[in-house]
Amino acid sequence: MITTLARRALTASVLALLSHNAFAQETFKIGIVSFLSGQAAESFGIPAVNGAKVLVDAFNKGQAPAPYNKPGIGGMPIEVIYVDEAGGATKQVQELRNLYERDKVDVVVGYVGSGDCLAVAPVAEELKKFLILYDCGTPRIFEDNTFRYVFRTAAHATMDNVSMARYLKARNIPVKTFNLINQDYAWGQDSRKDFILSMTNLYPDAKAGVDQLPKFGAGQYGTEISALMSQPADLVHSSLWGGDLQAFVLQAGPRGLFKKSQVVLTAGDHVLPGLGEKMPDGTILGARGAYGLMAPPSPLNTWFWDLYSKANNVYPVQAPYRMAQALMGLKLAAEKAMAANKGKKPSTEVLAASLRGSEWMSPGGKIRMALSNGQQAIQDSAIGRTQWDATKKMVVLNDIQRFDAECVNPPLNVKSEDWLKSGFAGAKCDAKPAAAAKAADKKPAK
Amino acid sequence: MTLSALLLRALVVLLVLASAGYALPSWMQFMLTMAMANGLVSLGIVLLMRGGVVAFGQGLMSAIGGYAAALVFLNWGITDAVLLALLGGISAMLITAPFAPLLARYRGIFFSMLTLALSMVGYGLLVKTESLGGSDGFNMGRVTLFGHALADDEVRFGLYATTLVLTLVSAVLARIYFLSSRGLVTRAVRDNELRVEYLGGSVSQTMSLNFVLAAFLGGMGGALAVMVLGHIDPNFSYWTTSGEFVFVAILAGSQSVVAVMLSSLVLEMVRSFSSAYFPNTWQLALGIFLLLVIRFMPLGLGSLWSKTEKPSEKQL
Amino acid sequence: MNLALTIAIDGVTYASWLFIVALGLTLVFGVLKILNIAHGSFYALGAYVTATLVSLAASWALPPAMSLVAMLLAAVLVAVLVAPLTERGLLRFFYGRDEVLLVLVTYAMFLMMEDLTKLIWGANPFYVSEPYGMFGNIDIGNQTYVGYDFMLVALALVVGLGVWWGLNRTRFGKIVTAVIHSAEVASSMGIQVSRVYMLAFAVGIFLAALGGAFTAPMLSVQPGLSVGVIIISFAVVIIGGLGSIEGAAIGALIVGLARALAVHVWPVAELFSVYLVMALVLMFRPQGLFQRIQARKI
Repeated sequence: MITTLARRALTASVLALLSHNAFAQETFKIGIVSFLSGQAAESFGIPAVNGAKVLVDAFNKGQAPAPYNKPGIGGMPIEVIYVDEAGGATKQVQELRNLYERDKVDVVVGYVGSGDCLAVAPVAEELKKFLILYDCGTPRIFEDNTFRYVFRTAAHATMDNVSMARYLKARNIPVKTFNLINQDYAWGQDSRKDFILSMTNLYPDAKAGVDQLPKFGAGQYGTEISALMSQPADLVHSSLWGGDLQAFVLQAGPRGLFKKSQVVLTAGDHVLPGLGEKMPDGTILGARGAYGLMAPPSPLNTWFWDLYSKANNVYPVQAPYRMAQALMGLKLAAEKAMAANKGKKPSTEVLAASLRGSEWMSPGGKIRMALSNGQQAIQDSAIGRTQWDATKKMVVLNDIQRFDAECVNPPLNVKSEDWLKSGFAGAKCDAKPAAAAKAADKKPAK
Repeated sequence: MTLSALLLRALVVLLVLASAGYALPSWMQFMLTMAMANGLVSLGIVLLMRGGVVAFGQGLMSAIGGYAAALVFLNWGITDAVLLALLGGISAMLITAPFAPLLARYRGIFFSMLTLALSMVGYGLLVKTESLGGSDGFNMGRVTLFGHALADDEVRFGLYATTLVLTLVSAVLARIYFLSSRGLVTRAVRDNELRVEYLGGSVSQTMSLNFVLAAFLGGMGGALAVMVLGHIDPNFSYWTTSGEFVFVAILAGSQSVVAVMLSSLVLEMVRSFSSAYFPNTWQLALGIFLLLVIRFMPLGLGSLWSKTEKPSEKQL
Repeated sequence: MNLALTIAIDGVTYASWLFIVALGLTLVFGVLKILNIAHGSFYALGAYVTATLVSLAASWALPPAMSLVAMLLAAVLVAVLVAPLTERGLLRFFYGRDEVLLVLVTYAMFLMMEDLTKLIWGANPFYVSEPYGMFGNIDIGNQTYVGYDFMLVALALVVGLGVWWGLNRTRFGKIVTAVIHSAEVASSMGIQVSRVYMLAFAVGIFLAALGGAFTAPMLSVQPGLSVGVIIISFAVVIIGGLGSIEGAAIGALIVGLARALAVHVWPVAELFSVYLVMALVLMFRPQGLFQRIQARKI
């Protein structure tokens, strides 16, 4: 015999279940993992997350320009869970599992740290869940492994140093000697190696001199700067980033390093808004892609630039661009898959097939999933030279040169290191006119 | 408790946890497995804590065990999980053994700082070794269990069960060791070394042995962690990792082995919880939790159910 | 000989920065027996408060020399506001516990302060680099140095001498020394030990914040500042001997010169040269080079 209370409870729960099914709209759940604390937060993590926030908001409102103008993803609202990438690879593996299995996200987009990428990729593969690596640089992800469900929507770090060396050559900058200062961990070590190999190809007579490898996070570079200046070279190469780069510029600038040698910073664009006038003029730098002030002009870029700047009071540098291209690629691939699946959320397998080998326009130019079985992207890159603009009160980039994706990325099925050692065999570089970028390219001051 | 009672208890725990674990979702199994693997490393610290020293170098032990297991897996084709775990423990033990008598001479903050310094030297060496992947580390594949290849849906539980068994065996053995004469001498060393020497015990031998055993546990824990994660990097040896192991040991107290596993699990859960609900302030949450534990659980969780002993002069 | 001079100058300038920071750490350990992992966080706090004050001074169009005053003021503020709060409100509950346990307490403090500074100041970097150019440049040999770095050396000397004089030539200093040797006996002699603890802690924090304040002009103030400082100041303090001022000075010099040597002559070794020196000192002279002799209680 069912009591009145029990009957009521039963009715209530049945109704709740029914209403949940009827009214709760299915969302497309994305887990976004990036650095919210620690040294990479300010330079890469938080700007990327800010980029994600404005973009997802625009997507959900259907306010993005075509072909991204469908609301949400194929009409399904996007729901995002943000996770801090700090804490080490061990923690990230746990967090990834939690995202997929506890929080039931459909896709994870994340990871700035190469170590984290290397650790989490096999986990996603084992769980047969969809993972987009949007930022990390190491070529090892797809060169040492094969994956079906892991994608990287940005070119890897080999591109940075090859572009830099090519820029120097294209500008006929004389380099008989070069010094190096890079952080002593995988990123710095790989950048150093890539640059040395690239220079061997393009400047066979150039000699590497002082080779500094300060600890990651050192912050104090007085001694290193003395070493760099006691044996001055034509060029100083550095892949320093974030707080370390800022400290280095602040300490080396007054001591005249930038005047004695041509300093090149392969990933340096992100410190420009903060450093402003303190960045010595004439520094050559890259953004790990055609981003920010070096992005090719397009309505999409203008839209993204304005969207980001309005919300964050600063123009977007590399990190938000890379997040944008990841989310845009995902959106298109998912919508294509949903269109073929009667508007239902696609399975991991179908989504993977949809993203594999695809290409799309992003604020940083065209992204093509061209390497590693269509799961590793290539894109154009750009290098420029800094100059402080007193009227605009910001650092602008002159002498911008963009490099075709196929010129500065290894070709299909060739490992990066082998490609570098082979003298860039198979690279397709047109001789781009030196005045490729003019004042019109530069974005108006915010 | 007699030996047979202890074994019976362990068997019951094994059956209960194994069947419970079977029913849990995969991410929980993963969390429990990691908690146990880390718990083993912390158990090594508890071993040393009973002798009055706090080791900040267990991270290095787990790194040695982990790297050894991963390298053996990749280069020598040994894929059995149990074998790799034991190999990890043994390699850590072998590397530590020559240094154990030297380290046994230090006490207090100097012991902790020395082990921390050595741990960081290890970290530095690993970061600079490009053949081991440098600071990015490297991945290892899927292990097998007694010759049986683990299918996709068996992997989680297989590793969980293996870790559970190894942990319980270690726990039982640790318990037996604690009650053995050497284990009791360890306690005496913590209270008053001078008297131990006068009574004919050898402090140096006792502590060296403890150090070697702790290294074994650390190495085994590290090897298990690597198998579960599929990835190893030098961060295993970083001082903050060692600090977390120490925290778990402090949380557990030196009375109960079960408390160590529970504390390890608590830390994993708090870490996960703060990360999920406070993505921007999880460090604050973790710090507060640490303080509360240290403040209100002076003798650790173990004191909740073990015979509360009289706190010695040096309250840990 | 140019190289030797360069190494010497680099070593000394690095050491002076290190000394100011490490001195506070060794003082806090000597008196309170706490090895303060959060020391780096107070250093960062000094840098952040400096950033705020200096930009305030700039917005009020004060002369540039005032920025130095602002830095000093920042350190004082941190010491006066934060130190009593931390010591009375937190550390007090853990006195008497094992030294290593207190290390973990300070580790928890470090974690908390990381997020608190991020909550108050945000994650964006602050620049307060105008003072860096205040002392011009100095050319020695074929190197150009920034005058500010030499000012730091002078500051380190002033601070070191000040603390030494304070400990050895004032009455209060003698009281503190008594507490360092034995808090129990000092208390039974009528000394208010808790007050000594609080003041010593405040001075230690002041020194950390001072280090941070005066370093702020040469880098960008952002989250993560504290981490780089912790281990290296530990190394200095361990090498020199916990609780010894001369030890902190010598330790800083050793670390500074070792680093300078490594950077100029063998850069590969730089990463773990510091830890190696620390481990070696611990192995052969565990009390450090200048440790006070402590009677062992049986």
